[in-house]
Amino acid sequence: MTTQLEKNEPGLMAKAVKEGVFAGLIAFGMFLLFVGIETYQDINNQLVWRTRWGLLAIFVAIAAIGRFLTVGFIKPHLDSRKLAKAKSGVLEISDQKSFFHKHFLKIALLFLVCYPFLAMLIFGRQGSLKYVDNFGIQILIYVMLAWGLNIVVGLAGLLDLGYVAFYAVGAYSYALLSANFGFSFWLLLPLAGILAGFWGIILGFPVLRLRGDYLAIVTLAFGEIIRLVLINWTDVTRGTFGISGIAKASFFGIWSFDVGAANNFNKAWGLPSSSVYYKIFLFYVILALCLLTAYVTIRLRRMPIGRAWEALREDEIACRSLGINTVMTKLTAFATGAMFGGFAGSFFAARQGFVSPESFVFLESAVILAIVVLGGMGSLTGIAIAAVVMVGGTELLREMEFLKHVFGPDFTPELYRMLLFGLAMIIVMLFKPRGFVGSREPTAFLKERKAVSGSFTKEGHG
Amino acid sequence: MATGTTMTSNTASNMAGDTLLKVEHLSMKFGGLMAINDFSFEARRGDITALIGPNGAGKTTVFNCITGFYKPTMGMITMRQKNGEEHLLERLPDFDITKKAKVARTFQNIRLFSGLTVLENLLVAQHNVLMKASGFTILGLLGLPAYRTAAADAIEKARYWLEKADLIDRADDPAGDLSYGAQRRLEIARAMCTGPELLCLDEPAAGLNPKESLTLNALLRGIRDEGTSLLLIEHDMSVVMEISDHVVVLEYGQKISDGTPDHVKNDPKVIAAYLGVEDDEVEEIEEKLDKGVIEEGTV
Repeated sequence: MTTQLEKNEPGLMAKAVKEGVFAGLIAFGMFLLFVGIETYQDINNQLVWRTRWGLLAIFVAIAAIGRFLTVGFIKPHLDSRKLAKAKSGVLEISDQKSFFHKHFLKIALLFLVCYPFLAMLIFGRQGSLKYVDNFGIQILIYVMLAWGLNIVVGLAGLLDLGYVAFYAVGAYSYALLSANFGFSFWLLLPLAGILAGFWGIILGFPVLRLRGDYLAIVTLAFGEIIRLVLINWTDVTRGTFGISGIAKASFFGIWSFDVGAANNFNKAWGLPSSSVYYKIFLFYVILALCLLTAYVTIRLRRMPIGRAWEALREDEIACRSLGINTVMTKLTAFATGAMFGGFAGSFFAARQGFVSPESFVFLESAVILAIVVLGGMGSLTGIAIAAVVMVGGTELLREMEFLKHVFGPDFTPELYRMLLFGLAMIIVMLFKPRGFVGSREPTAFLKERKAVSGSFTKEGHG
Repeated sequence: MATGTTMTSNTASNMAGDTLLKVEHLSMKFGGLMAINDFSFEARRGDITALIGPNGAGKTTVFNCITGFYKPTMGMITMRQKNGEEHLLERLPDFDITKKAKVARTFQNIRLFSGLTVLENLLVAQHNVLMKASGFTILGLLGLPAYRTAAADAIEKARYWLEKADLIDRADDPAGDLSYGAQRRLEIARAMCTGPELLCLDEPAAGLNPKESLTLNALLRGIRDEGTSLLLIEHDMSVVMEISDHVVVLEYGQKISDGTPDHVKNDPKVIAAYLGVEDDEVEEIEEKLDKGVIEEGTV
């Protein structure tokens, strides 16, 4: 094997050099105007240009050397490793799973339960606020939203670009009903879910006869309609000002988290006054909501309705030939997904204390959909990982102070998050076209439960 | 609408040989094209009825009308069940034709749920039974034992058909992973899991090798002997002549012959339709064969 490689060596090196030079030339052509020339305004407000040959040289050198190394060394090395593996006869599938891999879900759950206390232990009471709120709660909200959308997109195969509408319905249901009628969080949480599910059905009736691209466009429009109604129906929603001072959630009505209240949680337990305890409480609420979503999804998949959803994704016509009422099946998928969106929305309103149409723009729908696709449609674990990567990643970008030393003091990493988002998605889709977890767990088995490879499952046609 | 389509007749006859499916004056127009023109035939209970004809004769269109995928322009399709219930198929939505009228079908281009396992494919087919048992999901979510027994029964039924279709060893593999012949058999097994009284097969032997054709014949006979009648479209004459009890021949949307396989085989009109003889030659042959001897179907 090595002899074979050595035999190829002279030709290989020549090829590597050639490809390296070629890559350098392409990079030079591409970056000449973008990087090599910079325009700026001088003191007289005139637009002048200067050259940055040094930076251009670095770009070209990276491209050329990178290509040279890839062709000359990395690829032959990878190939020889693959060949060695094939010769030794060890298939990658038969590799023993590591302890971490086998017990991943249990470890992850244990970590999540301990997470707020770990954060408090490490960063102190006020220091942990950021980790519990910005990372913990924020990520879990998106996990829940993505798991809700997963029912519609991942299981039933209906492309829904307006999912944020149901999130908005849930949030405004809580905000308005609690402000006007003084209902508590625990009453309004299920109510918001039911209202959102109801809106899902109302939208579903006219829309679900459409398929594929047409369905996507109409759901997109529905998302925008809800947002525009929220902006323009100022008598009720107060328009772009939003609704502020939304009541906090209480500890099942026993203790309140309002500072002035007599049954204040911190006072009752003799804790120093800090908002971190409320955040920790919210963390566990959203964690419980996420687990509920996961539990219901897992149970539903093993029920006839869940199987019908997946069958619908695979082939709608075959479904109808088997006596499945596809309209009802689609509606239940839409309503169930919308309901979880509504739960998440009412939680969001309680956590934020403020809702405005700004929070429910199309970008949110796109991010949630991206999480579902990136995670692997239908897979709860994959989607949770994708949510951590996507949402946690953007939060992490705010922390990247050291990048300022590299790119200069006026570099704000948050502004590049969409760029990095796109880049990350392209890379993931190149290497894992079916998402992080591409395979699907069968819902029933006779002898052994074998995961179904992603190459067999379909994405649905709407 | 559902009430209007169900008529319970008093004489509930369970005897084999009575009419199961009656198609009367069926016509289907696509724009200006008359795909089926005043087509009538009957399928008897316990029979394997074959619908044959040259390419483009309208066989699949007839199938789609019977199974509700097309709404016929004219005509009446009556399905009479064992218990005497009658359904007018042209008035039912497609899924109710399987659910209520108990007519199942397969497709010319196989339509399996390729990402689901073989077993799951058969469980999806039992959707309506399981939905009822799970109290439309709500009772099932609570984990009541009634649903659990129903689910176990469904798996047993699936196991039975997997054994019949010789797929039991592949039960936990994705359906898309099966060979072509196995996919055909799975599609038939899946249709049978809906518990039909009439099974409509659209070219079940297409693309099968001779050996697979033989096992298919055995499977179809087994299905008939268990009390499900069959209606099949087929090009493979070895299959048609071998297993069918009754053959209907269709050309240009019109029936040209109707009878036993032997009768149809010797019908000059059928020979003409398949071999492409000129019209006047058909008349010549007919004259030679002495008009009165062969009873032709209504043309």
